[in-house]
Amino acid sequence: MGREISSKQKPWSKAALFGGLSIALYVAMYVYQESIIDIFGRGGVFAFLPIAAAFLFSYVHGSFTGSFWSVIGIEASKKKEAH
Amino acid sequence: MHDIANQAANFITLDTMNILYLFIVGFIGGLVSGFIGSGGAFVLTPAMMSLGVPGLVAVASNMCHKFPKALVGSIKRARYGQVDMKLGIIVGISAEAGVLYGAGIQEKIKAAFGTAGSNLYVSAVFIVILAVVGGFILKDAITTYRSGNANAEEKTSKLALWVQSVNIPGTMVYFKSLNARISILFTIPLGFATGMLAATIAVGGFIGVPSMIYVMGASSLMASATELVVAFVMGVGGSFKYAMHGLVDIRLAMILLAGSLFGIQLGAIGTTYVKPFMIKVVMGVIMVIVIFSRALMVPIYLSQLGMINKLDETLVTVLDRTSFVIMGIALLVGAFIVIRSLWQGYRAEHHPVVQQEQAFERAS
Repeated sequence: MGREISSKQKPWSKAALFGGLSIALYVAMYVYQESIIDIFGRGGVFAFLPIAAAFLFSYVHGSFTGSFWSVIGIEASKKKEAH
Repeated sequence: MHDIANQAANFITLDTMNILYLFIVGFIGGLVSGFIGSGGAFVLTPAMMSLGVPGLVAVASNMCHKFPKALVGSIKRARYGQVDMKLGIIVGISAEAGVLYGAGIQEKIKAAFGTAGSNLYVSAVFIVILAVVGGFILKDAITTYRSGNANAEEKTSKLALWVQSVNIPGTMVYFKSLNARISILFTIPLGFATGMLAATIAVGGFIGVPSMIYVMGASSLMASATELVVAFVMGVGGSFKYAMHGLVDIRLAMILLAGSLFGIQLGAIGTTYVKPFMIKVVMGVIMVIVIFSRALMVPIYLSQLGMINKLDETLVTVLDRTSFVIMGIALLVGAFIVIRSLWQGYRAEHHPVVQQEQAFERAS
């Protein structure tokens, strides 16, 4: 029963969307790595860039990895709660 | 400043093997962090250095991967009702102050005693803290397991009950993880100590989580989840500081993050299946194994400082590599316990379904 419900709610489209975006981000970083490490490594006011990139990657890739585990059927226990 | 500029210019070339290596190490580190709230950093920094990344760049890049990882992990565990945001932010801010103070002490030690002296100080702190705190946590976990009450709600320690009973007007704050009001005059020094440890050995959680459990009275689940908020607050400030000097190699940080976000989600899911004392088991086991890793390095630093006879080059290499391998083993053992616990809990919860399916297959 529980399995039927969870299989219907599997976030396939979310996984595909954020998976695609995540791959695009990593490919872009790989292709433009020389320019990126040059600009991001300048220090000073450019310090915002690596921090902003970390937030962007964490949102996109974090959304993907979360939905990835759901899609393959690994989800939190329904029984337990903290405290 | 020239040194820093030279280090920053020394960003390594990445090949497929390097990327794969960082991804896997990131995954394992993330898995453990998602479960116990910290850990992994003590392996990730030397793992990057083993690829030829300069020390400061490795520390900076590790920190820049740590805060987004902690952010994702804390959001995930907040969904399970395990995070005390208020406690995390208060401890996190005081930890940030501890990081700055701890970094200052590190610089003074390095200026007075050189790199070997600084390394000896770090190793000594590692060994003392891990032996005392890690030993205590492991003993507590074993006692719980042997008592046969592993499923029972965790008891608040006597120290925590005393801390919760102290009323200092004007400083009392209610924390949901403790279900009690405690004075921030207790939380601030504990946060500060967490930050100092983070600045010294890169893993503040080895003080942060036990102090939330044994001194403040939080459950293992709440403490380990709230530590992720602390790590996020500390990590943002620290990363920005390093980025100001151009020391963050964003490629290394994001590749580690690629693996660690898979790991931290899985580790967080794992906490919903396991008995609470398993968090103490994983943390205690990792801490105790790491003691041996750091202890092996002590003779090298003593020799470099001229406090004992000079060691043979081969012996130095063997000790250094063995130390790194033992650290890797500590992380792998922790990851193994997490996955095993998750698998057992998952099977136990889904067992009736599995049984029904097997019966259906037999019938058809």
